Amino acid sequence: MSTKDQPQIIDESGDKYKYGFVTDIDADTAPMGLNAEIIKLISAKKQEPQWLLEWRLKAFEFWQTMTEPTWAKLSYDKIDYQSLYYYSAPKQKVAPKSLNEVDSELLKTYEKLGIPLKEQEALAGVVAVDAVFDSVSVATTYRAKLAEQGVIFCSISEAVREHPDLVQKYLGSVVPYTDNFFACLNSAVFTDGSFVYIPKGVKCPMELSTYFRINAKNTGQFERTLIIAEDDSYVSYLEGCTAPQRDENQLHAAIVEIVVLNNAEVKYSTVQNWYPGDKDGKGGVYNFVTKRAACRGVNSKISWTQVETGSAVTWKYPSCVLQGDNSVGEFYSVAITNNHQQADTGTKMIHIGKNTSSKIISKGISAGFSNQTYRGLVRVSPKASGARNYSQCDSLLIGKNCGSHTVPYIENRNKTAVLEHEATTSKISDEQLFYCLQRGISEEDAVSLIVNGFCKEVMQHLPMEFAIEAAKLINISLEGSVG
Amino acid sequence: MTTPLLEIEELHAKVGDKEIIKNFNLTINEGEIHAIMGPNGAGKSTLSYVLTGKPGYEVTSGSVRFKGKDLLSLSPEERAREGMFLIMQYPVEIPGVPTSAFLKQALNAQRKHLNLPELDNVSFIKLLREEGKKLGIDSDMLKRFVNVGFSGGEKKRLETLQMAILKPSFAILDEADSGLDIDALKVVADGVNSLRDEHRAMLVITHYQRLLNYIVPDFVHVFADGHIVKSGNKDLALELEEKGYAEFVKER
Repeated sequence: MSTKDQPQIIDESGDKYKYGFVTDIDADTAPMGLNAEIIKLISAKKQEPQWLLEWRLKAFEFWQTMTEPTWAKLSYDKIDYQSLYYYSAPKQKVAPKSLNEVDSELLKTYEKLGIPLKEQEALAGVVAVDAVFDSVSVATTYRAKLAEQGVIFCSISEAVREHPDLVQKYLGSVVPYTDNFFACLNSAVFTDGSFVYIPKGVKCPMELSTYFRINAKNTGQFERTLIIAEDDSYVSYLEGCTAPQRDENQLHAAIVEIVVLNNAEVKYSTVQNWYPGDKDGKGGVYNFVTKRAACRGVNSKISWTQVETGSAVTWKYPSCVLQGDNSVGEFYSVAITNNHQQADTGTKMIHIGKNTSSKIISKGISAGFSNQTYRGLVRVSPKASGARNYSQCDSLLIGKNCGSHTVPYIENRNKTAVLEHEATTSKISDEQLFYCLQRGISEEDAVSLIVNGFCKEVMQHLPMEFAIEAAKLINISLEGSVG
Repeated sequence: MTTPLLEIEELHAKVGDKEIIKNFNLTINEGEIHAIMGPNGAGKSTLSYVLTGKPGYEVTSGSVRFKGKDLLSLSPEERAREGMFLIMQYPVEIPGVPTSAFLKQALNAQRKHLNLPELDNVSFIKLLREEGKKLGIDSDMLKRFVNVGFSGGEKKRLETLQMAILKPSFAILDEADSGLDIDALKVVADGVNSLRDEHRAMLVITHYQRLLNYIVPDFVHVFADGHIVKSGNKDLALELEEKGYAEFVKER
């Protein structure tokens, strides 16, 4: 089946989404719909071991008993899971052994997206990239250099083949397939994603980055990322996402699992820029993501930083399970919604070990007709003595037609816990805009100045190259939001 | 020789359905200081918003020329970059935006408009410190967010500092003395006076004569019913103080 006869982008009127192009490439696509046969086909295509196929099938069986959650403050057309494609891969006769063998159309796509896959061009060796195109990983850079230190960075399909013991030990150990509807679906049909293993005592010498791209039409993207940080190790991981501009909605249901052992630290940064739909709310990606890190070791630390500007619908709560004593969880988030975008996002901090601490800084910016909800849970279990949490949730409204909601859940079962929660809501007023104009600052610059001031606390946690990109993205997302 | 800077002819303007400025005429030459006095609610502030282009203030007829250009065809930010500056009665707070970053953006927007190179951080901070020092503004205040938590006096001092940095050719002081005690008023007046020169003109809007003891005008106009009903020199302000506005409004 070819993807060549796809309709091209329909709405071009005043849309600022510069990643909206479609790559014209032959694809190997499984038949539409979801059933056990499709799952067997995916597993066979990926030459998976029997245990993984069985695990997928168990997940699929369980999924059929589940219902889609409706508790989030989101409204979208019912997803017909039988009218989606669950596997689409760029056609390639043999798996590429090096970048020279990767289809030039694909390389061009990533070039257009500003993702350098040719190693010599990749930011002078500070970032290694794994690129996932529709259902499969197409290239991973700097592998040899990383291997010198024992760091494994490859696609998860490859990890299943090359490092089956590690995958079998940790896959589903943080997010079991029974966890939730979308995680269960992902477990049944996940097609690719990244795998990272940092051995004991190693500080990963460069930032690791995965770049996700949905290209094919009506194709769900179900990637799965697994990161394991052994004792005394450190890694900073970046994730970026874009999709073509299409009139239909695209489904993205991913899982990220992170295991952090004794004294290890993982920093996970996301810039999510899936196609948000047009200004009237047509099209856009449905983004249902389960991200969770288990701080299993003592003194372990996970830090999530996310900048969410894309997707028509976002349902995402990157969480920290603080099992190890003295472990630390952090969540820094900027979410921007404009036009008709909807986001229900936040975090969960589960305190289990002693003297665990967590911090939540969430900044939500709503413009246009968009709606945004911060939903967060801080849970302190009976044994988590000395647990501490600080939460700060700030919302900024631009214009009169958007909405912002804060729903913090706090469940404390230990008297020694110290939990703090602060929340504010503010808006950019006409008076503020006029004040800026009167000083010669244009309206767009004024909004950007105010929004960047508002987000600063979060943005400073992003790695440098990412922070510049993210700041630009914020400005683009808010273009046309006033006036 | 006098060069006209601002020429307002037969100006009419409304807010919503209400006509507030009616057949207003005034010419201000380079270097002149004009004061407009009038009772509360007469529409003096409306005049300042019409001139600076605040959204919601609609000009229905008449013309305004600024440096020979058609002012009314310029956007509010273009008017500012051309050198029109309004010291606001109630400067607004902008949380999250450091004062120095705000000022730098404003100055560079103006420089860009005038085809001058933008100032880098080092030169800008140097300029800011020098000008701040003159007005008793320390660098801590400049690190705080724009007007957030500032006292009435601090807000007006910051307005004056912005004027010193942006060096407008025409400044409007809209009730610059409201909310100020006498000491703060002197600081602001000294700041404004130090920016007087043979080219820079000012329009001082006030309903108290008090401010005009410190910023002494060349001309005083009485504003009532949407236009100027009487003009004179600085002595007119004293006369007004003595007799009250009613007398002048009646006179016409």
